[in-house]
Amino acid sequence: MPLSAEEIRKLQAKAQQLRCDMVDVTVWAGGAHIGGSLSMADVLTALYYHYLEVRPEEPDWPERDRFVLSKGHGGLGLSCVLADKGYFDKELLKEFNHFKSPFGMHLDGNKVRGVDASTGSLGHGLSMALGMSMGARFQKQAWRTYCMLGDGECDEGSVWEAAMAASHFKADTLTAFVDRNHMMIDGLTEDIMSLEPLAEKWTAFGWQVREVDGHDFAQIGEAIEGAQATQGAPTVIICQTVKGKGVDFMEAQVKWHYGSIDSELAAKAKASIMAGGNAGGAAAPATGGAS
Amino acid sequence: MTEVTGTTWNVYDANTLTQAEIYGRVLCDLAEADPRIVALTADLAKSTKIGVFQDKFPQRVFNVGIAEQNLFGVAAGMAKSGLLPFVSTMSAFASMRALEQVRTDICYQNLDVKIIATHGGVSFGQAGTTHHCTEDIAIQRSLANMTLIVPADGWETANAVRAAVKHPGPVYIRLGRGFEPTHYENEDYGFELGKAVTISEGTDITVIACGVAVYHAAEAAKLLKDQDGISVRVLDVHTIKPIDEDAILKAVLETRRILCVEEHNVIGGLGSAVADVIAASGKGCAFAKSGLPDCYSEVGYPEDLYSHYCIDGDGIVGLVRELLHREFEADEDWEDEF
Ligand SMILES: Cc1ncc(C[n+]2csc(CCOP(=O)(O)OP(=O)(O)O)c2C)c(N)n1
Repeated sequence: MPLSAEEIRKLQAKAQQLRCDMVDVTVWAGGAHIGGSLSMADVLTALYYHYLEVRPEEPDWPERDRFVLSKGHGGLGLSCVLADKGYFDKELLKEFNHFKSPFGMHLDGNKVRGVDASTGSLGHGLSMALGMSMGARFQKQAWRTYCMLGDGECDEGSVWEAAMAASHFKADTLTAFVDRNHMMIDGLTEDIMSLEPLAEKWTAFGWQVREVDGHDFAQIGEAIEGAQATQGAPTVIICQTVKGKGVDFMEAQVKWHYGSIDSELAAKAKASIMAGGNAGGAAAPATGGAS
Repeated sequence: MTEVTGTTWNVYDANTLTQAEIYGRVLCDLAEADPRIVALTADLAKSTKIGVFQDKFPQRVFNVGIAEQNLFGVAAGMAKSGLLPFVSTMSAFASMRALEQVRTDICYQNLDVKIIATHGGVSFGQAGTTHHCTEDIAIQRSLANMTLIVPADGWETANAVRAAVKHPGPVYIRLGRGFEPTHYENEDYGFELGKAVTISEGTDITVIACGVAVYHAAEAAKLLKDQDGISVRVLDVHTIKPIDEDAILKAVLETRRILCVEEHNVIGGLGSAVADVIAASGKGCAFAKSGLPDCYSEVGYPEDLYSHYCIDGDGIVGLVRELLHREFEADEDWEDEF
């Protein structure tokens, strides 16, 4: 069922709050991958607050839906969602990146409740997600598996090995998202290693392809429901997003791939998030920055 | 073996620049004289600090996107075509993601590819295990034809890069993330590929170190001398392959106690390489290895991790004191060998 206007309003408010949490954790951590966490925040919100069947109080519930954050450097974003969902105490995030913390930039599934796979080295997640969806079918289980890929990450050959295998095995309970924020560390994806025509590549690999504005909940919801109804092939949802989405001074800036902020800048960032920011759309070219 | 005598080039200052930044500058310098040199990376031009090279020689930098296997395969092809590729990425990806390309495409064919592996050990502390690399010394030293260098600091990085250009065949140079302390005062301390540097002479025990552990071993030696009157020999074994067997055996014969310290799993790294030499010699000695005790690293600032895994000054001091009391079976005939 399509998301109602009321549901969309709630998801928008939740995403706003989660983005503010991400800003706070970036301050506590002394630096974090804020750009790519903000860009995927709306998709994560739609999944965790509407579509995923999970039990935060029972993270290992065998029948839960799986989520693999293949772009593992988005650990900042995912940990804020998991904390807010109640997998663990939000207070723990004050230790993010600190000595012996369970939370490093890339989340360790053996240490952080609710993390279905330890990731951080790009190009591993889609294969693991495919394995999980094949595992479901083999064991006659109904869980669905979702996987979040970075667009730069799609440079990795292993992504395409998994893509080929997923359509071969008709893994229709597998849904991949590409966080198409058009940026990687060294610059714009199309300058560093062109991905386009990206949708056609996925189509050629046998996937159902949907393209959405990754900041528009109605479109995200419709695409996920479309994927759930699709039989015989996996679905990829290419989400056009803005890196740093929601924070005016971070939006579409390569340099905010990874950054540190002090509490003053954090206040500005949160004010920008609460003011609403601009809606949707692909990233405008920008340059500069470091990792 | 190629000998490199330091000639201070003044293209950088090791006290203010990171190892990788120095690498970039030295490479610029070398590339000026050698048109075969090209630089390759996989979306880590900024992180691996080859920016200066990129500014100076934009036509000679190739960024293949986030695709490390392709990166090393392409480098192999370029080497076959007559170029001299320097490939920079994080050590985890250089030594594990692209291992088979490094082994089969580069080492097996004995190609002239130089690998600059940054973020070695736990130097990218907060990033966690996926971005740590505490296996690469073990991996790289098991590849036939590979020369493996773990420079102690920026000055030694410069020496290593220059030596790599002169040395034919694959070379793997493992660097940190860039915030490591500097041990040497300049490049001119007699760096020679395959030859350990004696940082301090000593007769009671020898600490054999590589990478950032060299600085900490030197600090520990000073402290042990001042506080305990212990005479500690410190060796900077920057070239782990081929390793300086003579320096190791001399240390065994003269001090009979050996502590190896490295930012690596205690299995397979510098300590194991040293142990191989000692075992083959048939000489007994008190021996210990310090590093990660066969575990995946914790998260945290590198300094905290160094102290947690006893690869900092205090940790080394403690281990030396312990090892001085360790019993071992001495060989009666040892005196003959001096
Ligand atoms: C195998 C591998 N190579 C390199 C890196 C270093 N790295 C971390 S993030 C990143 C860029 C990722 O870009 P993208 O997938 O587009 O993510 P986003 O822009 O959404 O943050 C790179 C190269 C890595 N984590 N793993």
